Amino acid sequence: MKPPIPEITDELEIGEQVYQVTMVEIVHGIIKKYGSNPTRLMDILIDIQSEFRYIPPLVLAEISKELNISNIDIEQTISFYHFFSTTPTGKYTVYLNNSAVAYMMGREEVAQTFEREVGCKFGEVSADGMIGLFSTSCIGMSDQEPAALINGKLFTRLTPFRVKEIVRDLKALKHIDEIIVEGLGDGANALPEVHSMVQNNIRKKGPILADGYKAGEALKKIVKMKPDDVIAEVKASNIRGRGGAGFPTGMKWEICRNSPGDEKYIFCNADEGEPGTFKDRVILTEYPKMLMEGMALAGYAVGAKEGILYVRHEYGYLQKHLEKVIEGGRKKNYLGKNICGREDFDFDIRIQFGAGSYVCGEESALIESAEGKRGEPRDRPPFPVESGYLGKPTIVNNVETLCSIVKVIVHGAQWYRSMGTKESSGTKVVSISGDCKYPGVYEIEWGFSVNDVLEMIGASDVQAVQVGGPSGTLIAPNEFNRTLSYTDLSTGGSIIIFGKHRDLLKDVVLNFTNFFIDESCGSCSTCRNIPIHLRTKLEKILNARGVDKDIQEMLEWAKILKASRCGLGQTAANPIVSSIKNFRPLYDQKIQHGKDFDSSFDMLKAVQESCDAVSRVPHVH
Amino acid sequence: MENQKPIIATASLAGCFGCHMSLLDIDDRILNLIELVEFDKSPINDLKKFTRHCDIGIIEGGCCNSENIHMLKEFRKNCRILISVGECAIMGGLPALRNGIPIRECIEEAYWQSPSVKGHNPEMILPNDQELPMLLDRIYHCHEIVKIDYFLPGCPPRADLLYDALVSIITGTEMKLPYEVIKFD
Repeated sequence: MKPPIPEITDELEIGEQVYQVTMVEIVHGIIKKYGSNPTRLMDILIDIQSEFRYIPPLVLAEISKELNISNIDIEQTISFYHFFSTTPTGKYTVYLNNSAVAYMMGREEVAQTFEREVGCKFGEVSADGMIGLFSTSCIGMSDQEPAALINGKLFTRLTPFRVKEIVRDLKALKHIDEIIVEGLGDGANALPEVHSMVQNNIRKKGPILADGYKAGEALKKIVKMKPDDVIAEVKASNIRGRGGAGFPTGMKWEICRNSPGDEKYIFCNADEGEPGTFKDRVILTEYPKMLMEGMALAGYAVGAKEGILYVRHEYGYLQKHLEKVIEGGRKKNYLGKNICGREDFDFDIRIQFGAGSYVCGEESALIESAEGKRGEPRDRPPFPVESGYLGKPTIVNNVETLCSIVKVIVHGAQWYRSMGTKESSGTKVVSISGDCKYPGVYEIEWGFSVNDVLEMIGASDVQAVQVGGPSGTLIAPNEFNRTLSYTDLSTGGSIIIFGKHRDLLKDVVLNFTNFFIDESCGSCSTCRNIPIHLRTKLEKILNARGVDKDIQEMLEWAKILKASRCGLGQTAANPIVSSIKNFRPLYDQKIQHGKDFDSSFDMLKAVQESCDAVSRVPHVH
Repeated sequence: MENQKPIIATASLAGCFGCHMSLLDIDDRILNLIELVEFDKSPINDLKKFTRHCDIGIIEGGCCNSENIHMLKEFRKNCRILISVGECAIMGGLPALRNGIPIRECIEEAYWQSPSVKGHNPEMILPNDQELPMLLDRIYHCHEIVKIDYFLPGCPPRADLLYDALVSIITGTEMKLPYEVIKFD
């Protein structure tokens, strides 16, 4: 244990000398660890944040000097990510998930218990500076909600009773690992380097989640092949990106291979931030070797020597596990120099953690983030395959895509195409949560209908199914015969079930809209503004003040969002648009009929604050 | 509207009168306009109160205080067609820069802190006479308060746009909106 860092409070005068020297030394150590490289700013800030539990503004000048970048460059990166803070976040920092599923599973009561027991509201730190309470977007635990991150460790299936115990233990200054008393999760979650209570909940295995994977089998096969033949095999398998956008993977690899550049990069996108998605977390936990092998395959195929596994901050508890797997891969010569004895086949992987941002799942934003900048999507073209990480040709593939390719190489494209449908070959690993008996991870062939899925997971009395997370579609029972595929209902992996007893507009649509507002990077004015106006309209309707014109206006304004630069903005109105389309009666029940305008303006409320400020009694008539 | 000239009323709420200036900027066409219409309540003729029901109300500026709200509602009551004119009326404009800043802070800045008042208000008086309009918690767009029939964007909307819009409404012809007119960057 390092000696505790004195707080920056009124003791500054007394302890200034000691304090500053200590902090600066630590910061220098961290910067040196990353070779004083400004593109590693994210890692530096993550380490500083975890060391001090915030980023003291005092150290900005030090970072700026050492990395030779401006203060403002550092500040803009810090301000972008919600796990960075320039004010203390407490010795213990609680991030409680606020996704729709978390609320469905009892988040409200859990949050109230936290506030009562800790003695401060969410968004605040307790008076003694010990415990900070914060909300955060979906942390990838939808099958075991309500869940919270406390100093990077996961606490799942929280109940008010459990919260009382946890807060008591935190106040007793117990080590975070001691507080996990439920027993460890299944599979690799129980490994000492993971030591987590997270459950995998793998309910249905297919080719990717199958047992009996032999690490290195695919690599040994490709080192005898020409890179072009590897790409030809991937193309023949017809596999498309599993992150949600569905771009043909073989074509992506081919373009990258043909792009001129002395260096190329392979990125694995493990930033799954779409609420309700957690399948990549399970793959990272149970099949990390397969994933690393997939990255090495991609490196061989396109001629890249460096791979970067970009993992969302929420999965930081897997860091040691993943590092150990990478180390093991090097020992077995599946990573490193002359892989599997093939001259000139060098490939290594480093892990890049995010710091809390949904939009970083967009490939160009992810690259920006890995370069140490704000995770704002780039203008395209040029696409990353031509000019990506550090301006070099870069492939960004989803975790599941890379794993699928390992299987394609081992078993052949023909075998892979025998599964799924003509347009959508192979299988899809989906994360299922919400109102059903068996939430968890299922690997199914493309072409399953929603009805098939509902039967499989034990869901009855279903009011609606959200396919593809908030950016996807909310469908009603009359469409449950539709199939999961790229040509019908496409999904990056999130399927959320809502029972008949849920208030869809309030519990789901409003929550999803808030999610997009929170996660907008703010670059495009469309995405920065319109979702807020949409929310105002939706709240007006929920407060029984809406009129038919409000619904019409929401649909009109939603169209403007399509002008946004990336998928976040373009899909931010999907919860509202698809619920208006598929659940119109829910809106019609709430609006006022026979009225063409309602202002919902409340004069008394609007003038209260200014009258209070000047000690005046409002007179409203 | 037959046999009788349409009647126009105008007002500037939380605006800068720039939109009214733009209306005057139609140059000699103002003589045509006078032929076509009559003005009722408006700063142009300094008529303070509505004298009759009007056909067209033109609103410049958003709502920053209780007086603006009353005035806007008055216009809605007295005008058949209401047009929101300019950035402030439609989007809040410059006054909306204060949205998000606590109102107490704004008031203190205006009466205690800013260079022109600092040191000149030793009793730290904050105006609170009942005769004064009450400030709203933020700037409201006109269409948040009353139903608005048409919107003419711009800061200010160009004189041609204002003139064409009025002529179109008065003559009942469809307004031409070429791309250049609605493109702002």
